[in-house]
Amino acid sequence: MKFIPESSPQRVPCYRVLDENGRIILNSDFIPVSEKLAVRMYEQMATLQVMDHIFYEAQRQGRISFFITSLGEEAINIASAAALAPDDVVLPQYREPGVLLWRGFTLQEFANQCFGNRADHGKGRQMPIHYGSKQHNYFTVSSPIATQLPQAAGVGYSLKMEKKNACAVTFIGDGGTSEGDFHAGLNFAAVMEAPVVFICRNNGWAISTHISEQFRSDGIVVKGQAYGIRSIRVDGNDALAVYSAVRSAREMAVAEQRPVLIEAMTYRVGHHSTSDDSTKYRTADEIQYWKMSRNPVNRFKKWVEDNGWWSEDDESKIRSNARKQLLQAIQAAEKWDKPPLAELFNDVYDVKTKNLEEQELGLKDLVEKQPQDYPPGFHI
Amino acid sequence: MWGIVRQRAVDGGFSASSLRRTRSALVSARSYAAGSKEMTVRDALNSAIDEEMSADPKVFVMGEEVGQYQGAYKITKGLLEKYGPERVYDTPITEAGFTGIGVGAAYAGLKPVVEFMTFNFSMQAIDHIINSAAKSNYMSAGQINVPIVFRGPNGAAAGVGAQHSQCYAAWYASVPGLKVLAPYSAEDARGLLKAAIRDPDPVVFLENELLYGESFPISEEALDSSFCLPIGKAKIEREGKDVTIITFSKMVGFALKAAEKLAEEGISAEVINLRSIRPLDRATINASVRKTSRLVTVEEGFPQHGVCAEICASVVEESFSYLDAPVERIAGADVPMPYAANLERLALPQVEDIVRAAKRACFRSK
Repeated sequence: MKFIPESSPQRVPCYRVLDENGRIILNSDFIPVSEKLAVRMYEQMATLQVMDHIFYEAQRQGRISFFITSLGEEAINIASAAALAPDDVVLPQYREPGVLLWRGFTLQEFANQCFGNRADHGKGRQMPIHYGSKQHNYFTVSSPIATQLPQAAGVGYSLKMEKKNACAVTFIGDGGTSEGDFHAGLNFAAVMEAPVVFICRNNGWAISTHISEQFRSDGIVVKGQAYGIRSIRVDGNDALAVYSAVRSAREMAVAEQRPVLIEAMTYRVGHHSTSDDSTKYRTADEIQYWKMSRNPVNRFKKWVEDNGWWSEDDESKIRSNARKQLLQAIQAAEKWDKPPLAELFNDVYDVKTKNLEEQELGLKDLVEKQPQDYPPGFHI
Repeated sequence: MWGIVRQRAVDGGFSASSLRRTRSALVSARSYAAGSKEMTVRDALNSAIDEEMSADPKVFVMGEEVGQYQGAYKITKGLLEKYGPERVYDTPITEAGFTGIGVGAAYAGLKPVVEFMTFNFSMQAIDHIINSAAKSNYMSAGQINVPIVFRGPNGAAAGVGAQHSQCYAAWYASVPGLKVLAPYSAEDARGLLKAAIRDPDPVVFLENELLYGESFPISEEALDSSFCLPIGKAKIEREGKDVTIITFSKMVGFALKAAEKLAEEGISAEVINLRSIRPLDRATINASVRKTSRLVTVEEGFPQHGVCAEICASVVEESFSYLDAPVERIAGADVPMPYAANLERLALPQVEDIVRAAKRACFRSK
């Protein structure tokens, strides 16, 4: 009689390509990245950083109501996006705007969504950071945690049935893996043999809940085998490692029609959201350490610079350009009208039902008859 | 929990079949000219799904026991053989899981028909039904539509206790973005399920276990594969002029029996079968009440915040001056469903309750 112990003497090792100084670790295997791709990846990581800082400040100034940053997770965001094909369907959690940025969503489009203005593709229906774009194969961010996991299995099943050369890719945090939907999503994807890549961003914190209070397992990677899913643990702050792992996982998912689990180890440098002050539950030293010494953007920058592909000049240019564009985008987005009254009643159904038509007419009538209740500037 | 329900499916349900026998007799007494076709609700649902799957390769069925077992209530009988395991998918036991997967598949362009063994189990998946399905088209500004159907038995069966007897019509019908249908007859079952499968919006399709075995006359038109009923339109099952009785699902049968009893006492009752809980056919409801001046609404579900409450509110708001009597609401008892047969009977509306309420509305009794 032998019980399987509750934990292994050794933790599952972490796949890494670059050391903390941005140098390739001897004998590491990885998929080479061209200069063009590397420079694009770095530019986008830097842009994402600037975007996070500026939108965060805008919320602090009261110009937008809410924001969530991806600080510290730029490598996961950009490197994973770079490793995917445009036809791969992405179901995000909420800390992956970099994937949408990579696919071509403009800074103006991000700003429009945050301000919920008339130009917002989401027609002002959702809180800030709940971006979505059918055109970019990026499903609209949904607030309940982990619901995207079984949905991704469903999308994967659909791609499988239509024999498409594409997979579903979905993201989840360490905390989200406690949800029932994590179990259902992974179990199902395995049973259905659906082409899904599950990427868990283990950033150490679920708001104020540290991973030591979230689960007793060796992180998330060990859970994959429990579902019959091939898994890997990767250094989420190493852009080259993330790129290689996601690229390989994607190929496996499509070629072998199976789900794959990636646990990307990282750290949530920012607060959970603008409604959180994480200094209340963790030390400023801890945050500072990860922000400065373990910064994924700096690490990748060193590698790109060492290759002679990036200069200080390029650095100041990209950052000042991004900053300028963002400030302009915010100014414009702030000024534009909010969506018109008709958008209150559209899209509830494919075709507006009679009662909604009646309500819309009733409201238009009311607005006309009682203009004093609808102050100037109230967009109709 | 679902073990109990599974057992009943295998047995056929002893009390259910005895009820079937008495009701079938009454139905055939009311049937049309000899030689007209009859069809059970079960066969009606099965043929509807079969035809829609045949017509559109994107339609697929998913749920517990729908494939190899032929369906917990045999609604999906024969479909696995005909369409294969990819389109008739037996799921692991996780309502939250397969509902989420169905929604994901719908997002990606397939048309899932998701079966809940009973809508009581849909509570384990209700976040996906509401937050992933119902609200998606709106939240995504029309980019993500969810052409999914959630179907299964709803409301009380016979002797299945509190966790298998709740009616979910009021809960789902309160949510914008969902359409909620409740068939009564075989024609309703065929026409509404076909409409639901074809509809680009998420539809909650509330069947009734005790009606599955009941036979109804069915027209040639309804048997045609292109047959479809409009969503949002109620049906006047029986015309009358003294009192309007409005209900849905199994209670339509009870209301029709009540109408016969009332006719013997000189009261002409108009019976309306809602067919569609959301959108609610307020026009038909109000037109009828304006004609009769009296309203009796009936439902099996819990009384507070029920479907009847909405109907009464609509009539009071729109047809107040036409009412000659206070509106009457008949609903299930405000208790979780007990098991003992006598208690269960007391907890559900009976034909006599409908007759009494109609008479009260006609000032014929206290």
